[in-house]
Amino acid sequence: MKLVLRDITKRFGSLVANDRISLEVLPGEVHCLLGENGAGKSTLMNVLYGLYRADEGEIVLDDVVQHFSGPGDAMAAGIGMVHQHFMLIPVFTVTENVMLGNEATGFAGTLDLDAARERVREISSRFGFHVDPDAIVEDLPVGVQQRVEIIKALSRDAEVLVFDEPTAVLTPQETDELMDIMRQLKEAGKAIVFITHKLREVRAVADRITVIRRGAVVGEAEPTATNAELAALMVGRPVELTVHKDAPQLGDDALVVRDLRVVDALGQVHLDGISFTIKAGEVLAVAGVQGNGQTQLTEALLGLQDHVEGSITLDGKELVGRSVRKVLDAGVGFIPEDRQTDGLVGSFSIAENLMLNRSFRSPFVRRGALRRDALETFAEQKLQDYDVRAPDIHTHAGKLSGGNQQKVVVARELSRDLRLLVAAQPTRGVDVGSIEFIHKQVIATRDSGIPVLVVSTELDEVVALADRIMVLYRGQVVGIVPGDTPRETLGLMMTGERPKDVVA
Amino acid sequence: MSTTTALSPTPHTGGPVVGTVKVASRKTLVIFAVLTAGLALILATSAEAGDTTFRLAADSDFFQLPQLTVPSLPTAWVLAAVCAVLTAESLRRYLTKRSTPGWVVVVFAVAWMAGFLTWAAAGGSVPVVGLLAGSLALAVPLVFGALGGVLGERAGVVNIAIDGQLLLGAFAAAIVASSTGSPWAGLVAAMLAGALVALVLGVFAITYLVDQVIVGVVLNVLVIGLTSFLFSQVLAPNAATLNSPPRFPRVPIPVLGEIPLVGPIFFRQTVVVYLLYIAVALVTFALYRTRWGLRVRAVGEHPKAADTVGIKVNRTRYRTILLAGAIAGMGGAFYTLVSVPQFNREMTGGAGYIALAAVIFGKWDPVRATLAALLFGFASNLQGVLAVLGSPVPSQFMLMLPYVITIFAVAGLVGRSRPPAADGVPYQKE
Repeated sequence: MKLVLRDITKRFGSLVANDRISLEVLPGEVHCLLGENGAGKSTLMNVLYGLYRADEGEIVLDDVVQHFSGPGDAMAAGIGMVHQHFMLIPVFTVTENVMLGNEATGFAGTLDLDAARERVREISSRFGFHVDPDAIVEDLPVGVQQRVEIIKALSRDAEVLVFDEPTAVLTPQETDELMDIMRQLKEAGKAIVFITHKLREVRAVADRITVIRRGAVVGEAEPTATNAELAALMVGRPVELTVHKDAPQLGDDALVVRDLRVVDALGQVHLDGISFTIKAGEVLAVAGVQGNGQTQLTEALLGLQDHVEGSITLDGKELVGRSVRKVLDAGVGFIPEDRQTDGLVGSFSIAENLMLNRSFRSPFVRRGALRRDALETFAEQKLQDYDVRAPDIHTHAGKLSGGNQQKVVVARELSRDLRLLVAAQPTRGVDVGSIEFIHKQVIATRDSGIPVLVVSTELDEVVALADRIMVLYRGQVVGIVPGDTPRETLGLMMTGERPKDVVA
Repeated sequence: MSTTTALSPTPHTGGPVVGTVKVASRKTLVIFAVLTAGLALILATSAEAGDTTFRLAADSDFFQLPQLTVPSLPTAWVLAAVCAVLTAESLRRYLTKRSTPGWVVVVFAVAWMAGFLTWAAAGGSVPVVGLLAGSLALAVPLVFGALGGVLGERAGVVNIAIDGQLLLGAFAAAIVASSTGSPWAGLVAAMLAGALVALVLGVFAITYLVDQVIVGVVLNVLVIGLTSFLFSQVLAPNAATLNSPPRFPRVPIPVLGEIPLVGPIFFRQTVVVYLLYIAVALVTFALYRTRWGLRVRAVGEHPKAADTVGIKVNRTRYRTILLAGAIAGMGGAFYTLVSVPQFNREMTGGAGYIALAAVIFGKWDPVRATLAALLFGFASNLQGVLAVLGSPVPSQFMLMLPYVITIFAVAGLVGRSRPPAADGVPYQKE
């Protein structure tokens, strides 16, 4: 089935999310939609899927203009979507999820589970998915959940498949498997739209590439284009994809973690006795698929976890058992992985957000009262230093773009007298320009002799920043390896395998 | 209802973990120990002697089960000893980090209750059939209310307004049955009244995204005010024509009604009670085995996912709560068409809130919620029966019993329960 989008325009109030976007996807072809976060890719796909109604333009399938009033219409027309945040019901079985909305029924509306189960088995075996129809979805690994999403689309005879940022949650191995699946689907004659901002993946599978920026198509590119060319198209100016850094000037052991064990309230063990050391002036990057204990590690360092055993010493001082405020006073800077919930108060101004971790005494508070003038001078200065693009310091933090929000967080954390910086997913959901800036700040921090712990699920970021890399798998350290370890080795370690030449 | 509190440490979100350490709960153990000690204490300090008689048959039974007469104090002590043994078992399991299984809880509850009754009725007799049949009667509105609550919350709408649905149902049934002379018309009117309350709830909670708990509470107060006003202005002056509804007669079921113990309790009831059995079975079947139920549960768990497969989320929610309201309304009809043949101010006495507790205690499952409602009905009736027996416990204290049991049940024994993920969250397309 051939899909054509013609001059699609979608506005939200005064914001034009999609500005006359046209796109053509042929059967047996993978068409990549490349663009930064916030460029309007997801909006476009939601229009295609009937979740949003376009203000102008039309969707044409096999020369027939479509009018979707909801996702049901889009599905009936043969469009299947694999959502970035899976549209699966966690407590349902695979079969129930696949049949939902498209149920085979017997007498009096009773579910025909056997027929649906058979359908799941059939599709699963046709593409070699290995999915158990009776498994509960929330018990499945993320990669398998994604296959359930694909089965769901295929079970409705989708001819056009849209993958919305499908690799964000996958391990490198799972990503490779997904690429194979996409090739297989392509050979089966499906038209595939692949939305991503990861250049490596684009070049691996794309037949055609369309780049969008700020809601408009800015060009087409061949799969043979280089990373630098694609990045420049995406951002609108040449970007440095690699971080320049000199050899580290290592000092003494600064952060020493011994036998750290973290258990949650339900008794699940998230970190099972991990040990590592970071020297002053060194970046240790933690690699691993999301949910292997990284969150608990950073929260334990900051004193946010309740059941922590083992020892964390910073410059010889024990941190375990101290309150968060004492840990902050010991000089720990923390960039949390989710800036929206843990890093900022969206309804506070930029200035107020900049003093969140110094709300007790000078320079911003005297005798229990805020010193607005001191705060404002400080905030004006930081806005400049950290290149935060905002109307003024009184703008609500929630109104800023992801990149600018993150710069506010970075500015706040780096403006104190630090003894350790913990940066969790420092550039998640941030535009390429801001990534460049934040990475430079992290390296500058390292170069000033501060130990830095970076946690990232993006292998590119880990490799770019790390002096040494620690790989976590199921709450345990698979190994701590030099920063120049090949990606393949790291990918393997992220699945829990330890190559022979790596020592734990 | 689900008020999910954000905990500061990020909870586990489905990724792999090394394993789990058992975190055994002490709750069951502590409750067992306290109850056993309490029973032992009242037995040790009581001077009551004599025999206790358990009457196991109704007078009209075809097969008469013999009466069971036991010496009060020794029997009660034996049962207390059983409780002590079970407490020890619970302790043993706690020490080996295992949780106490359900059957232990059930046996403990029966043994404790029997021991308590033996003591309380020393020198007299316990009408076992009357106690249980009365429990069922008091539980009927609770079960209807709980079924309505389960349905609504499974679809993602928290229904605090169950009490209002019961009360307006009772009111409508009284008026319509009185003026038409047909209890069936009254029953239909009660269902419509319950659905009407649900419709108002839906308009505010689903369409206008008002906080569902607040709307529910306001609706309850509104219905109380409205029915009380109309009662004093309209019903009271015209009691003969508007507030003397015909009652549903008891319809014993042949054969089933003759089974000893079970028959008189379950199968010599009115049509409303038989409808209740059917409703429980139908709701359970529909929720888990039909397309309709799958969609209702999907909408309550992850409305956006349901939307992306073409299910109309808000339409499904409206339909479900209207049905739920009609079911709760039937429970209201039970008050005026079966229990007492006239409407009274605030005659539900907060039963809707107990039904809500049954929904939670029953973990949002129709069968378990029904059992929970039956338990609460038993607690209410026990209080009445004990007052008649002339037990040494002060009656004011006994009046607390149903509510104390409710609190213990919901807070203590329910364990980890998980409400539908989107319970109480209105759905809005971006």
